[in-house]
Amino acid sequence: MTDVLVVAELSLGKIRKTTLSAIAFAKTVAEGTSGEFDILVIGDGAEDAADEVTGFGARKVLTAAIEGDYRCEAYAPTVAAVGKEYGVLVACASTYGKDLMPRVAAKLGAGVASDISKVDIDGGELVYTRPMYAGNVIGSLKVTTDVQVVTVRQSEFEPAAESGGSSDTEEVDVVEADVASRVESLGIEVVQSERPDLSEADVVVSGGRSLKSAENFEKVLEPLVDALGAAMGASRAAVDAGYVPNELQVGQTGKVVAPKLYIAVGISGAIQHLAGMKGSKVIVAINKDKEAPIAQVADYFLVADLFDAVPALTAAVKKAKG
Amino acid sequence: MKILVPIKRVADPANANKVKVSGATVTHDGLEWVMNPFDEWALETALRLTENAADKTRVGEIVVVSIGPKEAADTIREALGKGAERGILVEGSDAELDSHVVAQVLAKIVEKEQPDLVLMGKQSADGDSNVAGTKLAETLDWPILNYVSHVETADGGKTLTLKRELDVGVQTLKVTGPAVLTVSDRILKPGTVKNGVTPASFEYADLGDLNSRLSNLKNIMAARKKPLDETTIAALGVEPARVDTYVGFKLPAGRSGNTTYLESVDDLVAKLQTEAKVL
Ligand SMILES: Cc1cc2nc3c(=O)[nH]c(=O)nc-3n(C[C@H](O)[C@H](O)[C@H](O)COP(=O)(O)OP(=O)(O)OC[C@H]3O[C@@H](n4cnc5c(N)ncnc54)[C@H](O)[C@@H]3O)c2cc1C
Ligand SMILES: Nc1ncnc2c1ncn2[C@@H]1O[C@H](COP(=O)(O)O)[C@@H](O)[C@H]1O
Repeated sequence: MTDVLVVAELSLGKIRKTTLSAIAFAKTVAEGTSGEFDILVIGDGAEDAADEVTGFGARKVLTAAIEGDYRCEAYAPTVAAVGKEYGVLVACASTYGKDLMPRVAAKLGAGVASDISKVDIDGGELVYTRPMYAGNVIGSLKVTTDVQVVTVRQSEFEPAAESGGSSDTEEVDVVEADVASRVESLGIEVVQSERPDLSEADVVVSGGRSLKSAENFEKVLEPLVDALGAAMGASRAAVDAGYVPNELQVGQTGKVVAPKLYIAVGISGAIQHLAGMKGSKVIVAINKDKEAPIAQVADYFLVADLFDAVPALTAAVKKAKG
Repeated sequence: MKILVPIKRVADPANANKVKVSGATVTHDGLEWVMNPFDEWALETALRLTENAADKTRVGEIVVVSIGPKEAADTIREALGKGAERGILVEGSDAELDSHVVAQVLAKIVEKEQPDLVLMGKQSADGDSNVAGTKLAETLDWPILNYVSHVETADGGKTLTLKRELDVGVQTLKVTGPAVLTVSDRILKPGTVKNGVTPASFEYADLGDLNSRLSNLKNIMAARKKPLDETTIAALGVEPARVDTYVGFKLPAGRSGNTTYLESVDDLVAKLQTEAKVL
């Protein structure tokens, strides 16, 4: 019997969808071991946001209101104090979960299964699957401490659906730590976009260095992105060059995506880029170099100059979609 | 300012697709050992924070530490060749290391060395865990600043102004050191690392695809004479007790199907509609 605590992620006072992947994990483990799961909503606006997660079948939804921007040092003591009663603590492997959860784990002397893609239950024991070596090796990991700390890959855990009912909510005490006073947040520039979120989209169109400018991302790539109702992604080279903001990076150090359709426009397909997208169902490459390594994973490879092909494809998609 | 830079040697990540597995071990015969590229970014950041780049003088000290087999000394020498002052090798077999053990060992080194900052990679390119830095910070009761893309130091590293990259956007922070920092991909863009000594007008050249500066011949010669202390996990009083175990490894399933090469947009649209059925 393993009880699980889900640590919810807030942004601007709202639950981020990443949380639903952590809930999906919690349901699997709780159901598979006849345990239960609770959800901890922590941060600025936690009490209001808690209402968003009362319909997922949690035994309880716990709230801890902490004002101001997120800081690992300010959250970890409370998560650890609440979490020590559970068998498993889970958050999504977003920058939030990967920042917060190891600190919680260290407080509890717990082992961490980071960025897992799957969990199996083997005679009551949890076995985690996690991609390593930029996705070139798949490891099976067991954590041997009483409390286990897990972060789950959003692209591999289908967001949990609401199951009805209404969990009771309960406020928990906030535990403070001196070290938090050494970290002052001067603000988070939150990027808001009308487009679907990169990690959740069914279709992703990514551009590379070859687009040559921010202006070309806007003029050449965006019309295709919008015609497909897609999310926009990018290679690291495009982000480094300042063509698009860092949240759009796909790869080993960016986001991991697994949409139904991934279109790589002028992206060579370096091993670190493949790490973030090779789980996509259908992969299309548009590249003028037939030998580009993206061919290793592409189902369809349009050998063409992107500056001709992308506008033509945009027009064709618009026509096809009526 | 004194900075500790933990570095790990890893099998060449550019060839990670040649790694093989057998049961509960990963093998990489024929692959070169290199410095974890994420740690190289941290090292380069530390070099920039401890130099006057305009007149190429060192104004601080970097100690690099690696935990691993004897051969990891080569990776430390490489860091010394790039400009770090001293090295520490903590001998231990890779098999007895996980992020928990690494954090315990690094905490002992921090206690001894008393650096103003620890600068490290956010993840090892082999294990891709992204855990050791944060666990170290908690063990020391220091702040952790992950994914730093801009850093400015004042008062010899006691005050830091920095930006870090999050999934939702960029966070700006003011931190009172000592602290542990892990760096993001963007940390080495021109204008991102400022130490108050290198003139504000100085611009580092873009490193391109390099992860850090090359060591020149003079530095390589000098590196041979730089101190490299050796110790062991046991001598530091740390029990090499992992808190996790890998019970097996496998290679990822390859993608099914071949690549269909197309010459025209019309052909592509037709395939996406009728064959892949995604349009
Ligand atoms: C530790 C580490 C981590 C990294 N993490 C990531 C990561 O998370 N994500 C990531 O993406 N990268 C990452 N990288 C960088 C990666 O190695 C590559 O450098 C990067 O992905 C290359 O980006 P690119 O494909 O846009 O550029 P290039 O490699 O320069 O490729 C450009 C491609 O565009 C094609 N092209 C050029 N002009 C045209 C045209 N007019 N029409 C059609 N095609 C054209 C070329 O044939 C080429 O294939 C990482 C590197 C390291 C060392
Ligand atoms: N064996 C090691 N020796 C020195 N530093 C290490 C070692 N293992 C991990 N690190 C440091 O910890 C960071 C994060 O590693 P990880 O949590 O394993 O992904 C790396 O980028 C290194 O800076």
